[in-house]
Amino acid sequence: MDSIIEAFSKAFTLIINFNAELLGIIFLSLKVSGTALVVATIIGLPLSALISFKKFPLKGLFISVLNTFMGLPPVVVGLFVYLLLSRSGPLGFMGLLYTPSAMVIAQTILALPIIASLSNSAIVSVEPIVKQASMTLGATTLQVSLTIIREARYGIMSGVIAAFGRVMAEVGAILIVGGNIAGYTRVMTTTIALETDKGNFELALALGIILLAISLFINSALHLIQKKGMAQTNR
Amino acid sequence: MSLKLAVSNIWKSYAGNNVLQDCSFLFDIYGTYVIMGPNGCGKSTFLRICALLEEPDAGEINYFSNNNALKKDVELRRKITLVLPKVGIFNATVFNNTAYGLKIRGVKHIKIEEKVNSALDFVGLIHKRHHNALTLSSGEAQRMGIARAMVINPEILFLDEPTASVDQKNIEIIEDMILKIKKQGAPTVIMATHDTGQAQRLADILLEIKEKKISLL
Ligand SMILES: Nc1ncnc2c1ncn2[C@@H]1O[C@H](COP(=O)(O)OP(=O)(O)OP(=O)(O)O)[C@@H](O)[C@H]1O
Ligand SMILES: [Mg+2]
Repeated sequence: MDSIIEAFSKAFTLIINFNAELLGIIFLSLKVSGTALVVATIIGLPLSALISFKKFPLKGLFISVLNTFMGLPPVVVGLFVYLLLSRSGPLGFMGLLYTPSAMVIAQTILALPIIASLSNSAIVSVEPIVKQASMTLGATTLQVSLTIIREARYGIMSGVIAAFGRVMAEVGAILIVGGNIAGYTRVMTTTIALETDKGNFELALALGIILLAISLFINSALHLIQKKGMAQTNR
Repeated sequence: MSLKLAVSNIWKSYAGNNVLQDCSFLFDIYGTYVIMGPNGCGKSTFLRICALLEEPDAGEINYFSNNNALKKDVELRRKITLVLPKVGIFNATVFNNTAYGLKIRGVKHIKIEEKVNSALDFVGLIHKRHHNALTLSSGEAQRMGIARAMVINPEILFLDEPTASVDQKNIEIIEDMILKIKKQGAPTVIMATHDTGQAQRLADILLEIKEKKISLL
């Protein structure tokens, strides 16, 4: 019991003192997950628009696969990216394994189906009258599509935030492709996993607390956005 | 009236049920046309087809300017507009809803400001311009729908039951607006209603959809 209390007090000391190692780890976590999120959104949003507005063969199957991929196990993605980037793999020549870039790639793959799939459901659930109204006001086909996407914005934002929550919390993929190298690829979740293993509870606990705080922040933002989206669709 | 609308022998059915059957009419003079008929007779369907939102199964819709048939492209669609019975409000402020048609036409910001404010003034909603339009009452929503249609200076304004779910006070406001439009001289209004009194108050030309056809009343 005493050791737990001691670990907590040391953890808080680390947080309060803005410990440099701690800050570096937090910063890298945010950078890797944030970049993955931006890339996944840049690819995922147009992809979801394409799925929503275009008809193509096996569309239903495609959407089902995308939905399934929302729950991809991170370790499997890690393994897959590892095989791609390892020296003998097809992209091995790029020398990306055990770099932050590899971690971004893995997390992009995790985030993409979530963003694409949730954006797609947000877009298709925009009421048809919005499309009709924009047509009656003289919108071109492209303008109609953009208007529908704009109407779906709260649902799309929810998707992006959900994806952020998932990549911030995952450890399996980035551990495999990043390797938890101190000062280079060490992020919050991998540190927690490995420091706990080594019995270094203070740092792990400090990061755990901060991760929880970030998670709380993400979920509050999600809740707020969903509430805002709700309140304004009472018609 | 510079833009003429010829409806020629159109047919329309939904799920095998004919709604319009060999329906023809020429809208060729300036004024307010009011289309009457009971619920479900096909007024909305007729207006949606005229406003180029839907295609007829058979027959043709043609717009003429100086006796030339116009191509049914965006340019033509931008000369006409239809206010839907439920308006179709965007999740944005009253101002931005009303400005929509101008924004997509690439109109300059200052010009948009001026036109939207004067249209909102016209429909008595200027004090609500920063409110989210989804919070408007149905009467206010209808008025905003008319403002949103008017800012683009259409040559033909289609109104589908503009007073269907609206209280007496708002009915009067909306009817006054339609009479004001008539006095201004533009645009031509083609509207549907099942309110006989309203039809008589507003119409220059009274029409009726009966037995799946449109005719003068
Ligand atoms: N999209 C649609 N799908 C299936 N049936 C439709 C559709 N639109 C209209 N109908 C049918 O066509 C008929 C005519 O409908 P319409 O809305 O044109 O009538 P209306 O004269 O406008 O009626 P109201 O006075 O109630 O507005 C109705 O029987 C309706 O059920
Ligand atoms: Mg109707």
